[in-house]
Amino acid sequence: MKKSLKARNNDLANTQRQLEILSSGIFKDELPTFANKIKETNQFPLRPKKLEVLQINLGYMCNQVCAHCHVDAGPDRKEIMTVETMNQCLEVIKKTEAHTLDLTGGAPEMNPNFRWFVEEASKAGIKDFIVRSNLTIIRANKKDHDLPEKKKKHNVHVVSSMPHWTRGKTDKQRGDGVFDKSIKALQMLNEVGYGIEGSELKLDLVYNPSGAFLPGDQMALENDFKKALKDDFNIDFHNLFAITNLPISRFLDYLIASENYEDYMHSLIEAYNPAAVENVMCTNTISVSWDGWLYDCDFNQMLNLKVNSKVKHIADYNEELLQNRNIIINQHCYGCTAGAGSSCQGVVA
Amino acid sequence: MSKTYYDPADLRKFGKITEWSEELGNKFFDYYGKVFEEGALTAREKSLIALAVAHTEQCPYCIDAYTKDGLQRGITKEEMMEAVHVGAAIKSGATLVHGVQMMNKVNKLEM
Repeated sequence: MKKSLKARNNDLANTQRQLEILSSGIFKDELPTFANKIKETNQFPLRPKKLEVLQINLGYMCNQVCAHCHVDAGPDRKEIMTVETMNQCLEVIKKTEAHTLDLTGGAPEMNPNFRWFVEEASKAGIKDFIVRSNLTIIRANKKDHDLPEKKKKHNVHVVSSMPHWTRGKTDKQRGDGVFDKSIKALQMLNEVGYGIEGSELKLDLVYNPSGAFLPGDQMALENDFKKALKDDFNIDFHNLFAITNLPISRFLDYLIASENYEDYMHSLIEAYNPAAVENVMCTNTISVSWDGWLYDCDFNQMLNLKVNSKVKHIADYNEELLQNRNIIINQHCYGCTAGAGSSCQGVVA
Repeated sequence: MSKTYYDPADLRKFGKITEWSEELGNKFFDYYGKVFEEGALTAREKSLIALAVAHTEQCPYCIDAYTKDGLQRGITKEEMMEAVHVGAAIKSGATLVHGVQMMNKVNKLEM
């Protein structure tokens, strides 16, 4: 299994280095910076709207090492949220105005206190409680085979990555054997009622392109996924979220190594859509890192760009103060504003 | 001047053809956009037809564009290669069917 950029001491494990790349080269004279682009439509500075999503990253540890991962997650990542930080998060979850709680990672299930945290968080009665699961974690250890039942018990909304309905494309992006395990995990989720039409147990899939190209039409992809997974494996799911790969971390490393970086940035800018800027996810989300720092989104978290606010940590959380901030932007933001836009919930425009 | 006839970066400049003939350029791009919308054929099917024609026309810009378009739509490489074979079959068939003309001519001329 591959190692993370961090474990390999790769230059791009340094977030400052990533930001230097994103601010130099073609962005010196050839292409507009994201700030200048949104100034054209008077959308600068980008400001938050009503907070709707509280996204909490339980740690960067993962049982997979996906080629495109913006978290640079993997088994060698040891950053895990402590019980102390989890308790601080629970205090916030009890009083937040957000209607969606979104747990992510790494594989959030690999946090040793994941089950306890889900149980406690579910007591807050948040309307939509999402856990982003990579699917294979359900099959990784026998003790985790009951995860579908546990998630059902707390009415957790499962959102899982699936880059394609074919084995070859999926395994190339996510690792050998991931496709077969993911299929089995989806069938297990279906067995307990997840993803079935009319079921309140929501099962959505996330599609990330497996290469240097943008996602196609979300609805068309959803139809193709649904047909293929039903015909081939009798699998049902609710919605497909088509998410653009942002040029950071391992995907940035891939773009540069494959000499696709400049073309990819051109593609993002050619597809730039001002209407997507209106609803980009950083305008309705707060992202919390494993160690409790606050960010405008998961991508800013991975670039270590903390919120531009007096309140920077979950221990000092104040929703009113946080709403009064300018969102930190850089050229990676073009990834969320291309075409129909992109967010953790799929298209936005 | 460029030392090669084709530069991949020129594909991004395609829209600039309107600068020297705005009305005709705009009419072309309007038509082009309309053709590729969902219709009696799906946009996915049209993308595969475009890929096959791109090969028979041997247009490097079109091959780049419709390979990428296919990937974006989730079209598999097996589907893309079959589309290229359809183009190749028609292209070779179109050559070979002229063999009948050759045979007709031979039969007419020979005693």
